[in-house]
Formats: sequence, C-alpha cells, structure tokens
Amino acid sequence: MTGLSDILHLLYTANLWQAALAAAVLLLLPALGGVISERSGVVNIAMEGMMLTGAFFGVVADLAWHNPWLATGVAILAGGLMALVHAVVSIRFHADQIVSGIAINIFAAGITVFLVNRIYGIQDVGHATQSELLPNFNVPGLDQLPFLGQVLFQQNVVVYAALILLVLVHIVLFRTRLGLRIRAVGEHPQAADTAGINVYLIRYGAVVTSGFLSGLAGAFLAIGVSNTFVPNMTDGRGYIALAAMIFGKWTPFGAFVACLIFGLGQAIYDNNSIIHVSPYLLSMLPYILTLVVLAGLVGRSSPPAADGIPYVPGSE
Amino acid sequence: MSTTVASNALEMRGITKAFPGVVANNQVDFTVRAGEIHALVGENGAGKTTLMNVLYGLVHQDSGEILIDGKSVRISGPRDAIARGIGMVHQHFMLIPVFTVGENVMLGREPVTGPGFYDRAQARKEIAALTRKYGLSLDADARMGDLPVGLQQRAEIVKVLYRGANILILDEPTGVLTPQESKELFGVLRDLVKTGKTIIFISHKLREVLEISDRITVMRRGKVVGHLTTRDTNQEEIATMMVGREVLLRVDKKPAKAGAVAFKVEDLTANSDRGVPALKGVSFELRQGEILGIAGVEGNGQSELMEVLAGTRRATGGRVLLGDKDVTGFDARTERDAGIAFIPEDRRGTGLVLSFSVAENSILGREKAPTFSWHELVLRLIAIREWARKLVKEFDIRTPSIDTAVRNLSGGNQQKVIVAREMGSQPRVLLAAQPTRGVDIGAIEFIHQRIVAERDHGAAVLLVSAELDEIRSLSDRIAVIYEGRIVSIEPPETPEERLGLLMTGGGSATLPA
Repeated sequence: MTGLSDILHLLYTANLWQAALAAAVLLLLPALGGVISERSGVVNIAMEGMMLTGAFFGVVADLAWHNPWLATGVAILAGGLMALVHAVVSIRFHADQIVSGIAINIFAAGITVFLVNRIYGIQDVGHATQSELLPNFNVPGLDQLPFLGQVLFQQNVVVYAALILLVLVHIVLFRTRLGLRIRAVGEHPQAADTAGINVYLIRYGAVVTSGFLSGLAGAFLAIGVSNTFVPNMTDGRGYIALAAMIFGKWTPFGAFVACLIFGLGQAIYDNNSIIHVSPYLLSMLPYILTLVVLAGLVGRSSPPAADGIPYVPGSE
Repeated sequence: MSTTVASNALEMRGITKAFPGVVANNQVDFTVRAGEIHALVGENGAGKTTLMNVLYGLVHQDSGEILIDGKSVRISGPRDAIARGIGMVHQHFMLIPVFTVGENVMLGREPVTGPGFYDRAQARKEIAALTRKYGLSLDADARMGDLPVGLQQRAEIVKVLYRGANILILDEPTGVLTPQESKELFGVLRDLVKTGKTIIFISHKLREVLEISDRITVMRRGKVVGHLTTRDTNQEEIATMMVGREVLLRVDKKPAKAGAVAFKVEDLTANSDRGVPALKGVSFELRQGEILGIAGVEGNGQSELMEVLAGTRRATGGRVLLGDKDVTGFDARTERDAGIAFIPEDRRGTGLVLSFSVAENSILGREKAPTFSWHELVLRLIAIREWARKLVKEFDIRTPSIDTAVRNLSGGNQQKVIVAREMGSQPRVLLAAQPTRGVDIGAIEFIHQRIVAERDHGAAVLLVSAELDEIRSLSDRIAVIYEGRIVSIEPPETPEERLGLLMTGGGSATLPA
C-alpha cells in the first residue's frame, strides 16, 4: 500500500501538476487537430506520424539555423505536408482513411530513421543548446500565486499557445460560419454540397490544419520538452491523442479533459523515482487508460455522421 | 389562353447524357411554363433523376441546352443552379439532424456578424419572415432530428425558398409522408404557385400526379414518350406510357378463404436498435389463406415486429405461436425450417449478398437443406444451378445469367430474386416487408400477383408497406400500428382518410377482439 500513498502524496505537489499540464499539451495539440479533421468527416489516425515528422524536421532546422522559432515553423509545415498526403489520398482518391493513416504513421517512422542516418551518420543527431530551445515563460505577477502560479504560469510558451488554440478552435467550430460549414461537411456532405459549400476545400483545409497542430506538438516534444531527436520519440502520443479526442466526444474541451487525465498518468510515471511502484507498471498507465476509453467504458460517444466516408459528388 | 412561348420558366432542349453502358437521357426535351405544377413521371431508370441532376448541376449533359426565362444558361454546379433560381427538394432530405432548423436553412448563405460569427438572431428573423410570407410555420431553434418528416420536408422547402428559388424541383416528395402530411404539402404547393413559383413534381404515384399537376411529361428508358395535360388524361393512360404496355393497376383477387389460425402473436414487446421499447404489446391472429396488412407511418414498430417474427430480433416479452408451437425464442434458421419465409425491407443490406451470384443468392438460408448440400458439408452445385434456373424462369428475373452478381441487377430484379427465393419454398407463413419499395410498376404488378397466389395456395401473409394503396389493394384485413401498438383492425375498404387518422394516433379505434 505504500505505493498508493506515495502517489497520493505526489498529487499534493505543484511540480506534478505543472508536469501534467505540459504532458497534456503534448496530447492536446494533435487531439485538437483530430477534432478539426474528424468534424469535417476525415478520420485521422495519422497524428502520430505527423507529430514525428514535425519533431524530426524541427530538430534538423534548429541544429542548422539555431533558431527555435524558425524550427517550429518548419515543424508545423512538415506536419502539414504529411497531412496533405493523407488528404489527397483520402479526399481526392477516396481511399480508406484508416489504411492511409496507418501508412503515414509507418512511413513517418521509417523516413525519419532513414534521414537520421543519411544526415547525421551513425552518431547522435546532436543536441540543441539551451538558447536553441523553445523557452519557458513565467507570467509576471501571476507566477507568484501559491500552487496555481507554478502549475499555470510557469510553463513553456507552447503551453500558453495550446491553451489559446483550445479556446480558438472551440469558438471557430461552434460559433462561426466556418465552423458551421466544417461540421455540416462532416455530418452530411451531400447537404453541404447542394447548399453550395465546397466540400473538398473544407476537408483539405481541416486535414492540413490537423497536420499543422501535430507538427507544432512535434516541435514542442523535440525542442521544448527534449533537446534532440530520437527515433520513434512520439512513443504513441498521437494514438493517445486520438483516444482523447474520442473520450472528449469530438469536442475541444472534452478532449482537453481527457488529455489532462492522460497527462497526469504520464507525470506520475515520470516521477516514479520517488514512489515505490514498479516503473513498468506505471508506464502502462496511459495506455491502460486509453484502452478503457476506447472500450467505451466512459460513456458511448458517436462520431460525426459522415466521419470516414469519402465524398463522391452525385452519389446518395 | 396565351399563345406566346415567352412564358416558359424552363426549357431543356435535346439533353443527352450517357453513363458507361447506358444512355440515361437521350435527346430529352422538357418544357415547364411559369407558374404551373409540372409532373415528371417514369419508372426507375427512365432518366428523371438524371435530367433533374443536369438541371441542378450535379451532373453535366453531353449535349443539349438549358434555357431559363428564355435565356440560355450554363449550369456547372449547384451554386450556379441556386444563382439561377433553381431549388431542389431531394427525395432523401439534405438535412443535418444534429443542426437546428435555422442552421439547416441558412447553411451556405449564413448571416454573419463581426469577423465571421454565425448570427443566430438574424437567422431567426429570416426564417420568421419566410414562414410568414409563405404561410409555413416552423420553429427555427428546434433540432432537425426531433421533427416529424412532414416538418423536415417543410424545412427543406423553406431552405430552397431562402435561396431565392423560383423553380422548385420536388423529387418523390410524398414517399415518406402520411396521407395528412401529403395533403398539407399539396396545399403548400398550391399556395407557392399563387405567389408566382413554378414547381416540378417528380413522382411515381399516379393518383397524386393527377391531383396536383397541371401538365405531365412521361419518360421511358431515357426518352420523353409523352406530354399530357392532366385534366385530359387518366392513370391507365399514364401507366401504359410509362411501362410501354398495358398494366393492371388494380390487383385482381378473389375473396380470401381464410382457414385455421396459422400464426398467433400475443402481447409481444421488443426494443429498437437504440434500446427503447418499439413494440409495446402487439397482439393479432393471422389465418391460413389471408393477407393481413400492417398500415403505419414508418418508425412505429413495424420493422421491429417483422424482425422479431423472422427471428432476427429478440422479443423482450410476449409469445409467438406457429400453429400451437411456441416459436418466440427461435432464431432465423429454426424459423425458416418451421416454414416462415421473410422478405426483408432492406433488400441490399439484409435480403441479398450483393457480390454473390443470382444462383448463390437463390439458396441463401437454405444452403443446408439436403437438396442443396451433401451432409451439410459440400454444396450440390448442379442442383443449385437447376433450382436457380427454374426460379429465374418462373419469376421472370431479368439477368444475363444465373452467375451474374446481383449487384449488377436493377432494383426490381434484385427484389424478384428475394421474392423468388422466399416463395420458392412454399412457406406456411410469408412475412413481406415493403415488398415493392423502389420497384417499377411492371414488377410491382408481378410481385402483387405472386403474393396473392401464395395466399390462394393457403399461405398466411403478413404485409408491411409504407404505401397505403398497396396495403388497401392487397390486404384482406388491415391492422393499423401506432407507437408500437396495434390500434385498430379495419376492413380493406376503409377510407384512406380514416386509416391516415388512425396511423397518426387520431380517430376512434376499433380495438381488435
């Protein structure tokens, strides 16, 4: 029982919650991308691959140009390009979106390892120095608040950006004309088409946006949380983001809650040195949570009606 | 009577559109006068839908010209069509169930405030103005999926009007409506014409065409075969034009010789797919040699009833007796072995395996019978092929061969494959759900005759249909189902108005004895 009381003790520390929020943001960005993509009717399980691609090119650019902002831009574009492949295959060519997503994930894992070997040889990729990393930022004043100050206002810049994006995606999806159209395309593309909405344009936009967000998450992982690229460093986060999206019933804030739960699991694992539970057992925690979510134990949720169905104009 | 041609709202000249293997429209001329209700009729595959899709910009003609108000126009997509004042109310509604009425109507032309926020208040105002102008009441904030189909259709019409349509195309608009709703729709259409709108009414229900239209264009196999003035024609003439030969519209049948009780349903209850009660205590008796029709608005439990009786859905209570044997808990195979045949309503989903051949489909569910298999291990292919050939001949299934995948047959012929399979085994009880849905007049005539023939051979037939005409002309007794209960059992000559009222929960019910 000592393990359980260790965890309980840990839950009272601001350190844990600060780490949990950062870990949650790593999942939140791809999850938001998934929400946007699937709300437009394109199933996206390729966040893992887009994130990994973003991480790799982010590191390459950072080591070359020594500018984390530029590197982040490159990572975002790389994620977007990967997403564009998924978009062309599944929108233009009406391919099975699950198969396309799996292909992209496998391709991303392979191409990044291949390029690591080509560019850096067999040695290490190399490490970004402190000044080449995405910086932390303490919000003046607010960061001195007891407990909350450390959790909310002593974070990496990407964390703040992600929280702003969270609110933004929610507003766009549910309060704007664009959002109405995205959701219409995901629910009933024929209805949207006959109403004069360009179904393909909306879907391309949504999928590529999901790639941008996953690419940003990749940059945060490689040159924010870490300082180098390691093959397969995303470690299934894209898939956990997928689970978070489903758990959150395809809504931004729902996904955020799920990401927090998963992020907490991750933070507890990362602190395993001070608790007496097998680290192997703890490392399974996020994945067990994912399985529980996917098995539908947390309430059934239904996806957008046309999610995963290619749109062929003129068909019923 | 004006003699000018300037009053044509729409002219389509020499429209030709070919798809691989079929010419869907062959030199079609179609003219609609301003302010009229013009019916476009024809069998499935006659080319009505293609013609309207060309007009709406969903497909593009290979040749031919479209004139609106006398001016030649090019329509390259729905956006163009909308801009030219053409609006389409599709057979399968283009509505999003999880959106509100307001969002559905505004979609594509949404009012916005600020940097692109959807303006809910303005949407409400727009809808109020439209509904006032055309006398159609609608709640802008209701969730579309919660509305009855009649109101959903009204929302579709409002949606089209909001886009400024002058020419409204209605594709099979009454297919999903109750008689009362149809009557209301006709009132709405007449009012719309009074405000100067032009309406194209696509239907295969000839009685309605005669009731609502001013003129009629008949199509057959991609060509226009006749222009008629409604008040100078009748159902028989239109049907003959549509099919290309004389058709019996009335079912020819002798009075039923009802025998012993074959099938007895007692206080049956069952849930729908969503887990809510769909049948709330259904009881009736079905005798040998009679057809009992179940009339009801779709979604009142008739689908679930058929599935429970066929053994593909579990009952939550009550009993089903076949003779004096309790078959309530039987699965589909034991039901079949007991002599119950089932024509399911979803022929492509549950009735057939589309990628299988006609021969393979003709023994589905009977593949273990000794005639067709050796010790339930090896199929007797020769016997199966003989059987399939026999059915194809007897039921006039139009197929290139018995090895053709049923996917490649027309809807009517697919349905004939099911009907042939189910009737070919001389069932004691025949459960027929929507046996002629989406089937051409010629094939309907044939299927109706076969159902009556089964009855005359002593089978007990339970018929579910959304078509009141079909129920009334085939049934020996009519059971009206409403919200999971049989509310009344009526004779077949019961007026449509009374049935319609019972189907929507009104009227004084005569409870079954």
